[in-house]
Amino acid sequence: MGAIIAKDQETSSLEDLAAQALELARHQGASAAEVNAGFGRGLSVSVRKGEVETVEHHRDKSLAVTVYFGDRSGSASTSDFRSQALSEAVTAACVIARHTAADPYNGLADPAHLARVIPDLDLYHPWELPMEEAIERARRCEEAAFATDPRIRNSEGASVTTHEGTDVYATSHGFLGTLRASRHGFSCAVLGEDGQGGMQRDYDYASARDARDLPDVEEIGRRAALRTARRLGARQIKTCQVPVLYEAQAARSLVSHLVSAISGPSLYRRSSFLVDSVDTALFPAWAHFYEEPHRKKAMGSAPFDSEGVETRTRDLIEDGVLRRYCLDSYSARKLGLVTTGNAGGVHNLMVAPGAEDLAGLLRQMGTGLFVTELIGFGINSVTGDYSRGAAGFWVEGGELAYPVEEITIASNLRDMYKGLVAVGRDVDYRHNVCTGSWLIERMTVAGA
Amino acid sequence: MTTETLHTRNLERARESLLVPAGIGVSELDQVMDRMLGHQIDYADLYFQYSRQESWSLEEGQVKSGSRHIEQGVGVRAIAGEKTGFAYSDEIVLPALLDAASAARAIARGGREQTAALTAHNGNALSLYEPADPLLSLEDAAKVALLERVEQEARRLDPRVKQVMASLGGSQETIFVMRSDGVMAADVRPLVRLNVTVIVEQGGRRETGSSGGGGRTDYGYFLTEDRALFYAREAVRQALVNLEAAPAPAGTMQVVLGPGWPGILLHEAIGHGLEGDFNRKGTSAFAGLLGEKVAADACTVVDDGTLAGRRGSLNVDDEGTPTQNTVLIERGVLRGYILDRMNARLMGMAPTGNGRRESYAHLPMPRMTNTYMLAGEMPPEEILASVKKGLYAVNFGGGQVDITSGKFVFSASEAYLIENGRIGRPVRGATIIGNGPDVLKRVAMVGNDLALDTGVGTCGKDGQSVPVGVGQPTLRIDGLTVGGTEE
Repeated sequence: MGAIIAKDQETSSLEDLAAQALELARHQGASAAEVNAGFGRGLSVSVRKGEVETVEHHRDKSLAVTVYFGDRSGSASTSDFRSQALSEAVTAACVIARHTAADPYNGLADPAHLARVIPDLDLYHPWELPMEEAIERARRCEEAAFATDPRIRNSEGASVTTHEGTDVYATSHGFLGTLRASRHGFSCAVLGEDGQGGMQRDYDYASARDARDLPDVEEIGRRAALRTARRLGARQIKTCQVPVLYEAQAARSLVSHLVSAISGPSLYRRSSFLVDSVDTALFPAWAHFYEEPHRKKAMGSAPFDSEGVETRTRDLIEDGVLRRYCLDSYSARKLGLVTTGNAGGVHNLMVAPGAEDLAGLLRQMGTGLFVTELIGFGINSVTGDYSRGAAGFWVEGGELAYPVEEITIASNLRDMYKGLVAVGRDVDYRHNVCTGSWLIERMTVAGA
Repeated sequence: MTTETLHTRNLERARESLLVPAGIGVSELDQVMDRMLGHQIDYADLYFQYSRQESWSLEEGQVKSGSRHIEQGVGVRAIAGEKTGFAYSDEIVLPALLDAASAARAIARGGREQTAALTAHNGNALSLYEPADPLLSLEDAAKVALLERVEQEARRLDPRVKQVMASLGGSQETIFVMRSDGVMAADVRPLVRLNVTVIVEQGGRRETGSSGGGGRTDYGYFLTEDRALFYAREAVRQALVNLEAAPAPAGTMQVVLGPGWPGILLHEAIGHGLEGDFNRKGTSAFAGLLGEKVAADACTVVDDGTLAGRRGSLNVDDEGTPTQNTVLIERGVLRGYILDRMNARLMGMAPTGNGRRESYAHLPMPRMTNTYMLAGEMPPEEILASVKKGLYAVNFGGGQVDITSGKFVFSASEAYLIENGRIGRPVRGATIIGNGPDVLKRVAMVGNDLALDTGVGTCGKDGQSVPVGVGQPTLRIDGLTVGGTEE
């Protein structure tokens, strides 16, 4: 294993613990076993109306073990690392394995696919942020929001969080991978009053592996205020069929619905609207989606997936065509395919940006709906039927005309993907799925 | 068993499992409290928790996976005015507790010395469920067999059933709370749940149906009255209805909500907006409306944590306050909020037993228990008969609310058109959207058929999940926006 980071005590104690759990499983007769052990710590502070609201000190640890007796399996986890608790957890997993059915697709990842070299993806940048300084930053963030617009009169607060953790994954067939990562962020949510008794709330946030990559905290406050202020005076619109532009952070959910529909369990249960879709054109021919798991410092980076399988840059949608599913070893075996290194999900799924920025996409749409927020769970993954609550703006002549709320937007995901007109270059990099805004040809808006 | 003896026994059990192994007694607890109260702190509490949970899941006719999870720890909270300091430890030992206390109290500094904690004494609690241990209530082999029977029943009902997924989960949670006013409270909380989802297929079209239930009891619950098999039948029935469903209409119309689970509307549209934290901060669309008319005269809505054995019920909340039946809306007038201790104190009101937390590692917040509307007088048939053209929604997938603007949305998983007073064709993909402070004013009829849900609700707020219950009679609401695809 080519890990570059010098091992500290925490890492070696987690590795020791994982080894102990594997040994306990072997001792109890398990033919194979895998262990995840992790430790995390963090600080989160929030300030509301200039006063400290909460200071939370986080410190978490857990160990999860899955044992195999031939084709049977059982799992257990514990937050107590003392040897008796560890032994009880392994025993509980073994007891469960006695009662589960034999499943020939069960088991650890094929050794041929395991990550051999574990690159340093530059994900670990602990931030020794003193509480007082965290409070001060949160205060400045909220102050900036209040100073941006006089209609911003109330707040849900601004927060500053830091987190770092170490995770170890070890298997009885010799894989041992350790991942240290950090995550820091600012967020701010403020309320505005429209003078007619109506209130609106919106927020903004930033998230990064390295605190030095975060924007000025005031910037987050200002953006939260602008986002809230522009929603004031929102109204319903009449039921209609129009083009819909999803702002990048809302568009991300459309990519997540795709990932869920092409993930192993949805496919082998045939509970997805995209069963048997590989090599079919789901998107227009220009669309290109790819995973880039080894991006330095990115939020979704991982040198190996949650089964130790090597991750690498791979296309998902090429020329508009679905090239593969997102599979772990179990679902791959069931489908007669090979794991795609997606145990635990996708890693930096990038939607290749188009030429236009957000303003350009608004002009391209001309008249329609610009969606900035979605609520509710109206997605039927079996049929692809889509109907969610939305808030945003009515757009005329390529400009925001007025804010809109209390509407739903509906279609079928298949039609929405097919009807993707353009993707913006305003890429939101704050998550595991990175995309710009999406312009969709036509959806049904239900309103007054 | 009387209330007093159950609580005494629960206190004893909690001490035995949480404190005694760590060598922590009353004097050690006092020591931790003193460390916090030596500063400018208005209130502090310690929350010890030990929980064991398991889940078994079936697909393709076999139980292929199962897991068990054990968690324990202690959360330490200190409050000064509107400030909260919080730390927790997954090791219940005195040094960790003292460290957490020091971290939590760091929010307050200088200032006057508080008096030390009052003498420790036992608080009160209700007696709504026995301290059962679901995990031990059935042999593991019988848990597997139960899921297999559910699967077989679903498949037996109709050859179009192509997939059955069923899961069985149980947990037992032991909690012990010590507050700075000296009150000690404990609870031993069982919880079970069984869920079934089926996928049916006909002529290339696939649809899904789900059902389930549970409560604060043990697995024996599913074996009585054929409940487990009832869930299987219900999931299949719903899926087959959806096979025939046409796209839902879009626009504003009269909507009739069925009894029971559609009470999620009250939970989303009303309940969240009445939680104390949002109202104290003035961020709820309901802020400042106490005593005002917010609903039609026929509407009375309560949050009731005292229903025996229900999923949302608690003998005592996570701050040691016994739960109660709180009237939120009485004949259309807003009467009360859902309160934890901190918000109650800051608002000058009495706590309502709604201080809940997901675990020791989370801060308590005002949360709902079982929220429902009381029955009215109309027979449900008459309510349906009164609608010329509208939507009849009997099952929902889930919902969400924007607390500040009051806008809510929820998705029907089983709905029908109403035409000339009769239930017509099923429709799929219907989403209902509305405005919380306004929606109950549009209630035109309240049925006499109050029903509570079967025990499947989980409410999420600020990333914390807690089990809840909902309920309502049949309701007719005029002028709700339905989001479908057909104009």
